[in-house]
Amino acid sequence: MLEIKNLVVQIEDKRILNGLNLTVNKGEIAAIMGPNGSGKSTLSYVIAGKEDYEVLDGEIILDGQNLLEMEPDQRAAAGVFLAFQYPLEIPGVASMTFLKAAMNAQRKARGQDELTTPDFIKRVNAAAAKLEIPKDMLKRALNVGFSGGEKKRMEILQMALLEPTFCILDETDSGLDIDALRIVSEGVNALRSPDRAFLVITHYQRLLNHIVPDTVHVMSAGRIVKTGGKELALELEANGYADYRETEAA
Amino acid sequence: MPAVQETIDQVRSIDVDQYKYGFETEVEMEKAPKGLSEDVIRFISAKKGEPEWMLAWRLDAYKRWLTMTEPNWARVSYDKIDYNDIYYYAAPKNNPAPKSLDEVDPEILKTYEKLGIPLREQEILAGVEPSRRVAVDAVFDSVSVATTFKEELAKAGVIFMPISEAIREYPDLVRQYLGSVVPVTDNFFATLNTAVFTDGSFVYIPPGVRCPMELSTYFRINEKNTGQFERTLIIADKGSYVSYLEGCTAPKRDENQLHAAVVELIALDDAEIKYSTVQNWYPGDAEGRGGIYNFVTKRGDCRGKNSVITWTQVETGSAITWKYPSCILRGDNSRGEFYSIAVSNGMQQVDSGTKMIHLGKNTTSRIISKGIAAGKSENTYRGLVSAHRKATGARNFTNCDSLLIGNQCGAHTVPYIESKNASAVFEHEATTSKISEDQMFYCQQRGLSEEEATALIVNGFVKDVLQQLPMEFAVEAQKLISISLEGSVG
Ligand SMILES: Nc1ncnc2c1ncn2[C@@H]1O[C@H](COP(=O)(O)OP(=O)(O)OP(=O)(O)O)[C@@H](O)[C@H]1O
Ligand SMILES: [Mg+2]
Repeated sequence: MLEIKNLVVQIEDKRILNGLNLTVNKGEIAAIMGPNGSGKSTLSYVIAGKEDYEVLDGEIILDGQNLLEMEPDQRAAAGVFLAFQYPLEIPGVASMTFLKAAMNAQRKARGQDELTTPDFIKRVNAAAAKLEIPKDMLKRALNVGFSGGEKKRMEILQMALLEPTFCILDETDSGLDIDALRIVSEGVNALRSPDRAFLVITHYQRLLNHIVPDTVHVMSAGRIVKTGGKELALELEANGYADYRETEAA
Repeated sequence: MPAVQETIDQVRSIDVDQYKYGFETEVEMEKAPKGLSEDVIRFISAKKGEPEWMLAWRLDAYKRWLTMTEPNWARVSYDKIDYNDIYYYAAPKNNPAPKSLDEVDPEILKTYEKLGIPLREQEILAGVEPSRRVAVDAVFDSVSVATTFKEELAKAGVIFMPISEAIREYPDLVRQYLGSVVPVTDNFFATLNTAVFTDGSFVYIPPGVRCPMELSTYFRINEKNTGQFERTLIIADKGSYVSYLEGCTAPKRDENQLHAAVVELIALDDAEIKYSTVQNWYPGDAEGRGGIYNFVTKRGDCRGKNSVITWTQVETGSAITWKYPSCILRGDNSRGEFYSIAVSNGMQQVDSGTKMIHLGKNTTSRIISKGIAAGKSENTYRGLVSAHRKATGARNFTNCDSLLIGNQCGAHTVPYIESKNASAVFEHEATTSKISEDQMFYCQQRGLSEEEATALIVNGFVKDVLQQLPMEFAVEAQKLISISLEGSVG
């Protein structure tokens, strides 16, 4: 499904990804763990198409499409979704308005009809109820004044409604209380399907008890340095990253 | 807000050329000789069949204007205007006074059709254009070419007609109020307007009457090298109510054209006037060639106790905008409101705002201004709030927000506050923000294109003001704002 080959990326002359290789198959849940500053968020931004990052080498192929040649909104329409580590605030735009605009934009890009308002509201209400998001919150400006945990839930709500095929969760667990962690994890698990893959970035094994990964990758200094099964996360929890830490590549 | 999707569609449907009202109408015109002189003023007055007092008033204004100098305090710059290189009167031949729409030049009817302005009463009444029951006065260059729903309004006692007609038919009413809010020598452009004004609308709402429909005037400048100097006078007698909307467009031309209007509103005891403007004059091209110079004096007089005047404006057009719709809060307990969205893109220059002059006791005013600057434009809010010695209990709330798109534009806020009464309470809030790249990326990641994301964020920014507009106009205004900002991102 997703294939990244020899990805080299820099920002402002600082090299962040150093020949990264990664394959994620359909239906797979892949976890990425790694020390702070190793380039995990950078990888998610580059997959989603954020400007500012200079791709010096390598390729990212999603279902046969060369993502690096596409605009961020085209990548979204192609199925890429990124749940942000730090979701942005959009003042004055009600969450409902934002959700509808986003859903219809993607439907249009895929040649589908726009949703009718009753259909839209039905879908939002059902998804919001599962994530225990109160209706009042949906009327407020998107993420403005939301608590850290509320913002993360709102990201998962968007993911549920947009039905992407490749989902990246960047530290979705940080900032969540114990109940919210369970609710969000259930939300993610409900979206598991043979046609959908997940890239779950996290620092804590705890999340992986709820969202059980098929593979675990260790990232260090801009590269995947070790790949294993779910037991690798337990090993990291016990021993830390000492074995994998590299001195920064020259 | 369901209109967001429409906004998006609208933005999508436009190509490079974003000003869609820039077409020209081929119609035979009759003009006054070029330039300004007593003879030209006599020509205009004779064309309109005016009484002697009106001509005298004009000539007096002209003499005074000759001694005045153009103001230069606004944050705008432009080449000197040659006032003798302008036509002051241009009217379609066979006009004035077509008795019915059938007598109006079909080319002109087509023009308004293209602009989406409903002139055909029958069709509207028959439901061809559902729900848009709006009485329209259509002004084409220097004359009014059609006024709809006149009879139905007359039944309610409402007078709605071209001002040139009102001067002939209701001279006493006009004489009593004309120039009573904006005096002859108020400012350079108002004085010029007094000397040469050609047409505009006149509205009188009798005591206790709630005007049965929205009234509106659509101004169209068509002819080359022609200035438009319209004059509007609205009187809401005791306990009456009226909502009025003004729209304007002009063809694309390489040279600048002058538009210097005067609008006077008078609200007597317990009366309310809502005046909304959707200003979409041609803004000029990307290099700043052409476009309308919009130098307008708009003022409302809350003359009676408990009266209310609300100005709502959506300004997207014009090369230069110099405009400060104001309220004189003379009556005790009167209220003035100003809601504004001013969008500038390309090389546009906007210097706009309001004046709230508190004279009576317990008068209140509210100012909500949203400036959006894109491209290389300059967008200035300039506002005065003042309380007279006797204005006990005066209150004002001002909120000015500016949104910058890109980093070559400028937004400025220039508030003036004068209080001569210790009990006055004036509050002022101002913010300036930018659409950040991170916000753009976030929206795009959810599938919105750059244009869609900008439209969404801008709609959020202007929401408070759009809510003040009559529903259908709010939708139009929202589309217009998006179109104006087309090409401002990336
Ligand atoms: N705009 C930028 N300019 C300069 N350096 C940057 C920029 N963005 C990221 N970096 C650097 O790139 C490195 C990788 O950052 P990134 O956010 O990808 O790390 P991460 O693995 O997600 O860390 P964390 O676990 O703390 O979230 C860091 O050293 C960071 O400071
Ligand atoms: Mg990170």
